[in-house]
Amino acid sequence: MINQRFWPDSYRNFRSVFWLLPAALLLLALPAEAAPAAAAAAAATTTAWWVWPLALFVVCFFLGMIAVPAGVGGGVLFVPIVGSFFPFHLDFVRGAGLLVAMASALAAGPSLLKNGMANLRLAMPLALAASISSIAGAKLGLALPANIVQISLGLTVLGIAALMISAKKSEFPHVAQPDRLSQTLGIQGVFRDVISGKDIPWHIHRTPMGLVLFLIIGFLGGLFGVGAGWANVPGLNLLMGVPLKVAAGTSSMILSMASSSATWYYLDNGAILPIIAVPSVVGMMIGARIGAHLLTVLKASVIRNMVIAILLFAGIRTLLKGLGWWI
Amino acid sequence: MEKPVRQIASEQLSYAEVLHWSILLGFIVLVVTFFAYVLGWLPSYVPLERLPQLWGLSATEYLKATGIPTGWSWLFMMNKGDFASQLGIAILSGCSIACIIAIMPAYAKAKNFIYIGICILEIAVLVLSASGIFGH
Repeated sequence: MINQRFWPDSYRNFRSVFWLLPAALLLLALPAEAAPAAAAAAAATTTAWWVWPLALFVVCFFLGMIAVPAGVGGGVLFVPIVGSFFPFHLDFVRGAGLLVAMASALAAGPSLLKNGMANLRLAMPLALAASISSIAGAKLGLALPANIVQISLGLTVLGIAALMISAKKSEFPHVAQPDRLSQTLGIQGVFRDVISGKDIPWHIHRTPMGLVLFLIIGFLGGLFGVGAGWANVPGLNLLMGVPLKVAAGTSSMILSMASSSATWYYLDNGAILPIIAVPSVVGMMIGARIGAHLLTVLKASVIRNMVIAILLFAGIRTLLKGLGWWI
Repeated sequence: MEKPVRQIASEQLSYAEVLHWSILLGFIVLVVTFFAYVLGWLPSYVPLERLPQLWGLSATEYLKATGIPTGWSWLFMMNKGDFASQLGIAILSGCSIACIIAIMPAYAKAKNFIYIGICILEIAVLVLSASGIFGH
């Protein structure tokens, strides 16, 4: 690891730009390269088959690099970007997106559980609600015409960008009184605040509302294949009063279980093609590992703004593609 | 006043342990079978060269064009690279089932019947979705 004190700021900034520039160029170049669907389809049939999985691996590597430090799952960037600029049908993109979201969440799981950043008692009931509804979402997603799903996805992605711009966060939300259901379920914990070194007890409220919210979140995750980290964290933190870091960790656990049930549905229905899914998962995982280090050289707000810009761009592109205005 | 002490529940640690090993297994199988598929060590059911003409179709049209049956039939076609590489995906998708089964004895020991019920329901949802019972 580079010594932060040794290297001057100018070098660190240069290093960040060195990494981010190709990612940005690649993302900006993609529309020119692949935007017209007819051209993309023609290119897809004339280009050697291995070019597309390789391009997918490279794009996912860069998406993984920015998704993790920005605090969003890979799926939410993957589906609109790949769905808009690659020649694959949206069914396969959503199947791969779910797998990307699930694999990222699974990989983070063991360490989050061992260091108490995720809480299994909190995750289990919410994951059950999200798992049930994600199957319904997956079923509907595969039954609807692609352009309807594309329009809904575009609107949802734009909504996520708006949520990221406007959402407040509370490091330690105030919960005056835990609700009866959370007490019955024994959902509470003690969180170690690394900065102060103190153990802070926490409990939750509004559990029934939380269960309803996670039914909706699971449905959207299954429908669009985007995972649901973007909605899980604000739901846990702002609605249920879970400390922010525990909310982020527990979100991964919920996502891993809810995405599993929808992934099975996609797999059973032939909507997961290994040639699309595997390079995406591997590229995203490697990128995410580097992305975790990126936080040490670049401000989180810079990456967050970049992700918002990409989401706005991809959301508009997806919406216009669904409407048939930008083929 | 007594100070709060951070304790990680034993079932949470069991879940983490099983998750760690099942993910490792899943990723190894995923990568090895994928390389066997794309490098041609295993023959593919749908030729790789034909894929660019097919991946623009919807999942239903793709299955019709290739004659691939839905459900678990792929499990009996593991000698084909494209189906073999689905094994890693299936293992990763099944990680949660293994982890939940692993923590049930801890809940049973603690006589925590609510969480035993939640575990059974979650396993049922995952197994039913894996079984293909929810239709096509």
